Amino acid sequence: MAVTSSIRESAGTVVRAGLTGGKRDVRGIVFAVLLLLCLLTSLFMLTILMWDVVAQAIPVFDKRGTSFLTSDLASSPDKAGVSQGIWGSLVIAGFVVVLAFPVGIAAGVYLEEYAHPSRLTRFIQLNIRNLAGVPSVVYGILGLVVFVQGLDGLTGGRSVIAAGITLAILVLPIIIITTAEAVSAVPQGLREAGFGVGGTRWETTRDHVLPYAAPGILTGTMLAVARALGEAAPLLLIGAITGRLASPPGQTLVDRLQGKFTAMPIVIYGWANEVNKPGKKTGLTFEDLNAAAIVVLLAMVLVLNGAAILLRNRFENRRQG
Amino acid sequence: MPDATVPPEVASRSTDVFTTRDVAVYYGQFRAVRDVNITVHKNEITAFIGPSGCGKSTMLRCFNRMNDLIPTARVEGTVSYHGVNLYDPAVNAVEVRRRIGMVFQKANPFPKSIYDNVAYGPRLSGIKKKSELDAVVEKSLRGAALWDEVKGRLKSGGLGLSGGQQQRLCIARAIAVDPEVLLMDEPCSALDPIATARIEDLMQEIKHEYTIIIVTHNMQQAGRVSDRTAFFTTEVNTESDRRTGVLVEYDQTSKIFSNPADERTEAYISGRFG
Repeated sequence: MAVTSSIRESAGTVVRAGLTGGKRDVRGIVFAVLLLLCLLTSLFMLTILMWDVVAQAIPVFDKRGTSFLTSDLASSPDKAGVSQGIWGSLVIAGFVVVLAFPVGIAAGVYLEEYAHPSRLTRFIQLNIRNLAGVPSVVYGILGLVVFVQGLDGLTGGRSVIAAGITLAILVLPIIIITTAEAVSAVPQGLREAGFGVGGTRWETTRDHVLPYAAPGILTGTMLAVARALGEAAPLLLIGAITGRLASPPGQTLVDRLQGKFTAMPIVIYGWANEVNKPGKKTGLTFEDLNAAAIVVLLAMVLVLNGAAILLRNRFENRRQG
Repeated sequence: MPDATVPPEVASRSTDVFTTRDVAVYYGQFRAVRDVNITVHKNEITAFIGPSGCGKSTMLRCFNRMNDLIPTARVEGTVSYHGVNLYDPAVNAVEVRRRIGMVFQKANPFPKSIYDNVAYGPRLSGIKKKSELDAVVEKSLRGAALWDEVKGRLKSGGLGLSGGQQQRLCIARAIAVDPEVLLMDEPCSALDPIATARIEDLMQEIKHEYTIIIVTHNMQQAGRVSDRTAFFTTEVNTESDRRTGVLVEYDQTSKIFSNPADERTEAYISGRFG
């Protein structure tokens, strides 16, 4: 007995040595550390940026209060505010929601759900992808030629309508692509189930495909709105106002839509070119105002994205059924 | 064509539900199955068996035009349902599928509540009254032997059920539109033996009301549940070196399993290949 147990013991130690020994996976650890470093660097840069902006913006909100949000563009940093920029950006976002969302989602659903897969549809899809990568300034030229000059009867020339339509077209490819991808990720079994109980293509798309794809589609629309809010180049070409913009009293909504306009990125761009002299009353410079304007723009994007995230979560919960 | 106002299954007194004539199915250039001539009888369970790639699922999907969903698929020959060719251009595939229901290999409940899963089909066919829907849902869930397990939680999600329950939910969903035929594409392949036995029992219970065609990988299952069996196998085309499914033999299940006419059937049944 003693002999067998000692044999068993020594066998045990051999196994133990085999299982616990061996080389450490040094390359794997290096790789993981590298990944982590890259992540931390990005986060670090973002934090610095945010900190810099927010720290400079706080005195503006402190001294100007809500008047910064409600004032028009002006030549003195004591008086200038972003109200016209907020309005312009919100109208542009509105155009994106009203024009680009329905058209983009419909086009994406058609491409993926209805169109027969052929060389032509693949060609079209490829080119929509390319369109998403076209520099925004090119869309600005399009806006200038078509909506400012060609359709000035409708848009009123260099107006927020022209800007809104141009940016809606700019983000259209993003929406089409993300919609098509979300729709193609819908399990085939779900479609078969819908057809299997006698659903038509439309009923199956409406009741099963679209609800399942909704979270992905919403992600795309979210990206699209954020992109539209941040674009400056096309607006400059269309002719957004960088200096002073009068809003005379008694303007109708149509007047405002067809008249001169500005938007948040343009306000920021304009103020960045102003002389950096402190205002007599508040001691704030245009640089300070700019930091505050950036915070306002970020807040707008956050609010819109927050709404989309809430919606997405609702759809995702429903998906669990 | 017979009078369009009378549904073919009513107009026809025949016990022949489906008759196929020289059916071949292509995916693009590839011929998946050829020369299928079969007659499916009312209130019987017909099993399609055979090795992988023999075209039995492809053939099953011809009976409710499910192959339409695959853009490259093309069906040749005729698939008659009570004398009406399902592939006649005038035939509406949606109407076909309301009469010929389907249960899939992987249970695929909608990501909705148990109630909504079953009520979906009836709602599409225009039933709106809550009381009527309630009755259909209960009847269908009872029919699928699931009622007692879920009656207290009809509003909870269909995806929260176990695999076997999900498959029975799919059966309930299929029978809720009151089809004449149920097509079952390997309905038990993802289930454990107990859940499988429940589905098999269920098939026996409902075959008096429905005509069932089942594709199965499992020969024993075909032997247990079916009245008739069709054995498919693959043949290699020597010119293109591609495989095509062919129907080898179609007969009473007892005859297929005890005294098959074709030696390939016997080889498969006795487990020598496949």
